[in-house]
Amino acid sequence: MRFLLVFLILLISCSESTEQKSKVDIYTEKGILLLGNGTEPSGIDPHLVTGVPEHKILLALLEGLVVFNPKNNGVLPGVAEDWNVSDDGLSYTFIFNPDAKWTNGDSVKPEDFAYSWERILSPDLGAQYADMLYVIKNAEKFHKGDIKDFSQVGISITNNKLKVELENPTPYFLNILTHYSTWPVHPETVEKHGGMISRNNQWTRVDNFVGNGPFKLESWEINKALRVSRNDLYWGNSSNKINGIEFIPIDNELTQDRLFRSGGIHLANTVPTEKINRYRDERPDELYEHNYFGTYYYRINTNKYPLNNINFRKALSLAIDRELIVKSILKGNQKISYSFTPPDENGYNPTTKLDFNPIKAKEFLEKSGYDVNNPPLEILYNTSEGHQKIAQAIQEMWKKNLGLNVVLTNVDWKVYLTRETQGEFDISRAGWIGDYPDPFTFLDMMVTNRGNNKTGWSNSEFDNILKNAASQISTSDRYNLYEKAEKILIDELPVIPLYTYTRTYLLSQRVKNWQNNILDTNPYQFLSLE
Amino acid sequence: MWQDLFSEISQRRVLLYSLLYTFFLILIAIFAPLLAPYDVSEQNLLLGASSPSFQNILGTDVLGRDLFSRILYGSRISLLVGFLATFVAITIGLSYGAVSGYFGGKIDTLMMRIVDILDGLPFVIFIILILVIFGRDIYFLFISIGAFGWLSMARIVRLQVLGLRKKEFVIAAQIMGASSFRILTRHIIPNVLGTVIIYSTLLVPQFMLLEAFLSFLGLGVQPPDSSWGILIREGANTMEEYWWLLIFPAFFFSLTLFALNFLGDGLRDILDPRDTQKLEN
Amino acid sequence: MIQLILKRLLTYIPVLLIVVIITFLMIHAAPGGPFDAERVASPEIIEKLNEAYNLDKPLHVQIFNYLYGAIQGDFGPSFKYPGRTVSELIMSGLPTTIELAVYSILFAIFLGVFSGLLASLNPGKFLDVAPMSISLLGICIPSIILGPILVLIFGIWYDFFPVYGWGDNPGDKILPTITLGTAYAAIFARLTRGGMLEILGQDFIRTARAKGLSETRIIFVHALRGGILPVISFLGPAIAGLLAGSFVVETIFQINGIGRFYVQAAFNRDYTMILGTSILFTFMTLTFVLISDILASFLNPTLRDSGGLE
Repeated sequence: MRFLLVFLILLISCSESTEQKSKVDIYTEKGILLLGNGTEPSGIDPHLVTGVPEHKILLALLEGLVVFNPKNNGVLPGVAEDWNVSDDGLSYTFIFNPDAKWTNGDSVKPEDFAYSWERILSPDLGAQYADMLYVIKNAEKFHKGDIKDFSQVGISITNNKLKVELENPTPYFLNILTHYSTWPVHPETVEKHGGMISRNNQWTRVDNFVGNGPFKLESWEINKALRVSRNDLYWGNSSNKINGIEFIPIDNELTQDRLFRSGGIHLANTVPTEKINRYRDERPDELYEHNYFGTYYYRINTNKYPLNNINFRKALSLAIDRELIVKSILKGNQKISYSFTPPDENGYNPTTKLDFNPIKAKEFLEKSGYDVNNPPLEILYNTSEGHQKIAQAIQEMWKKNLGLNVVLTNVDWKVYLTRETQGEFDISRAGWIGDYPDPFTFLDMMVTNRGNNKTGWSNSEFDNILKNAASQISTSDRYNLYEKAEKILIDELPVIPLYTYTRTYLLSQRVKNWQNNILDTNPYQFLSLE
Repeated sequence: MWQDLFSEISQRRVLLYSLLYTFFLILIAIFAPLLAPYDVSEQNLLLGASSPSFQNILGTDVLGRDLFSRILYGSRISLLVGFLATFVAITIGLSYGAVSGYFGGKIDTLMMRIVDILDGLPFVIFIILILVIFGRDIYFLFISIGAFGWLSMARIVRLQVLGLRKKEFVIAAQIMGASSFRILTRHIIPNVLGTVIIYSTLLVPQFMLLEAFLSFLGLGVQPPDSSWGILIREGANTMEEYWWLLIFPAFFFSLTLFALNFLGDGLRDILDPRDTQKLEN
Repeated sequence: MIQLILKRLLTYIPVLLIVVIITFLMIHAAPGGPFDAERVASPEIIEKLNEAYNLDKPLHVQIFNYLYGAIQGDFGPSFKYPGRTVSELIMSGLPTTIELAVYSILFAIFLGVFSGLLASLNPGKFLDVAPMSISLLGICIPSIILGPILVLIFGIWYDFFPVYGWGDNPGDKILPTITLGTAYAAIFARLTRGGMLEILGQDFIRTARAKGLSETRIIFVHALRGGILPVISFLGPAIAGLLAGSFVVETIFQINGIGRFYVQAAFNRDYTMILGTSILFTFMTLTFVLISDILASFLNPTLRDSGGLE
């Protein structure tokens, strides 16, 4: 017993010594940002990675032709100090910033981009984001192996200028260039450590890494932290106010929340649902809630009875009380969905509607002629407490409003993906987050036989409208067409949108110049610490 | 002297209480639908998580479901997995151990060697792998737990059978020309069954604990089913705001582990008073 | 002795072989592959990826290739973390897991043997009942309950300790150690008490007492050596169980050991990572059991020849 007492006293005296300035205070003085960054990044090769944590890191280490403008979702000069667009919108010429340098002192050249794009489009690399570059002329053909010669792809170099030819006028091409899959790698380094198409390339190691971003890679301890520090060779270094960043992988939101409150990080990238209300009351200045360019929806397998019946799908949608889900389960400021593509500030505001109306739902169910005593349908979702709560709520709503029985099946992520892809589901939960701020990133996936469609739904009118929209030069013409497509989608409901994602996170007030934007992207060189 | 006597009585009394509690718990699990004050899946989203009150004596969870009802229903899965896994372990262990002990000789050596080898396997990681890969299903849960938990049972049975096969009634049966299968099923197994069942009472809490471990790692049964392990996991995730969601399921789970461990130990004590590993020591 | 150890080491081979084959069969029977992702990659890409990682070969060739590499210490590249090897990833978590296991076992031995000893010297009195009741609690309050409750009390209600990480902040090793060690402390307490009671009743202790040796000397020199024998023989299985228990503790306290790696690897279908960790866990289990058997046979001469190692 006495031993226990001694032990306890020891413990307590140990813990008292921690009562000092918090880590955030110390690091703020040093000008170093501490960011909670979700899961351990799978890598930092821009052509191989696919996740958000990786994106946040690459944003510090590499820079594309243009830089995302956090204030208006547009673009700012990056490696390219200027660019010209041809009148038909089909070709872009980028003029390179002579001060753009790699961390080893080399200049960033148009050839580096040609190399990088050839790399990501090489079928042998197996890059999962290669299709981001399909807007470039012949890129898709090269990637699919129909063209073997990369010089046929619409990229050419003259006088330190990069000319890119596109398949269609793509007004959002510059936005695509803010995606890391289009960012450059240093050709000599990649060649030296494994070659262009090696997935096992060692160039991303701390000792080997050569980047061109505002920060350079300092250290990387697996599951502990990835540290970057100011890159003095960066062309915009003089206006960069941040000396370094520590990306801390924390995949448990409770832990992250505790870490934030104890002053261990400037940014906690999620907030536990249960705590949102408390933060709203107690620390409203640190709680950030804003729209995110993503939709949470239920995907319907339209090849299956009774889900192939439009009336039945309408009944399902009308019987969902989206307000209640958002208010009681999500507790965030999520907007309920009226359309598949989230409305955005850039002027795309579809006028479709998704009502909650149990009476009408019942009518549509009767119209569909479906007998609710049939064997129950299944809602498939990947295991997660959040998805589970929503699925359970919808199960209840359909039971109550339609008398319909559904069973819930949760499987782990990989099984869920396989079952979705192979069409072994009735209804499955899904979410989509836009890669760049344009409705195309949503609508395109519902085109017949697109890999991400997964519903079996096919509508030639919808396909035609999208095809037609691709050749429009004026954005408003294009958006008008998209709205038409959107209307078809919401009429037929191969997907039942539930709500627009909200980014909810905690940010220390010591971080200044932070911008809320729908892509939740803040290039670090625009921030400052006080 | 009187101290020993006192402790003896009190220990037996604990055994008695444990036995009563266990019976009570099994009854509760069976009649959960009748006893639960609320429909277990009935949500009240507007209510959300509420602390214990007259309406919901143990409070409600984040979906507004009555916690007391969920605990009652949770006992079904927890106990079911515990008992069924034990049943699987007994079935395999009994047949394996009986065959090994009855035939003896080379067969015995070989079979016991295999048991030794299997004993060296970190079976928890295999169970995790099975559950991750083939789905988190109650069947996979108890079969995989039982399929790895029979080793000690096989050893115990083998020792018993080694003793039994020299007994007159076995030899008599052999002389009468009964087949080995018949001798095993008619004479040997019925004779070791009592011992096996008493030993297996200790397996039940072990397996329930393992189930709770797996549930805690997110590998338990699927909703709307839930076990105590899952309730504890949910409670641990929300305890900062809603302490009751952790404390009450944890309390019932601990109490049950206590009772089952005591029961198993007490029974084993009666069977084999010289065992030094018993709990009441 | 050395022969016996060598014999035991030889059994590693079939066991590890079985582990590799079973694991291989299981992961390949599993739905979903390492390259399935939310953004569906075209079948051509998946094909290329399978080629790159040798997954297009027949299963027995894959197993053979894997074993061939593993014998040379090459456990392959990770699928989930391109550019990193499995060995490297395991080594990033292994020291933490081992440290956690060792601290917990030390805590358990310290607390368990101490209270077991106390109890055995005062049979039936308060000092027997009290430590033993505590040890009973240790059995009924498993780590999945103890961990969260410790976090709630010491980390949240009273901000005594950090409740996440391992070695990042002073004092953050304490709660995980207690959480993982308590259940074993309880078992050790019972084993010590049982072992001591048995030894204290034996003739040579009575002889020693008759010779007039001091009670402290009798207990610590003569009795304890035999009394903690059950503890020593249980150490191996205990550490093996502890490694499994570390899965839960690593989850509760966000500790980056290999336990969490393993669960994530299984979810991610990171084949080589699953195999590597399975082999490692098996190897460690076997080795800890072997070591505790060796220790036990040193403490108990009667076991040394009769095959405590058999």
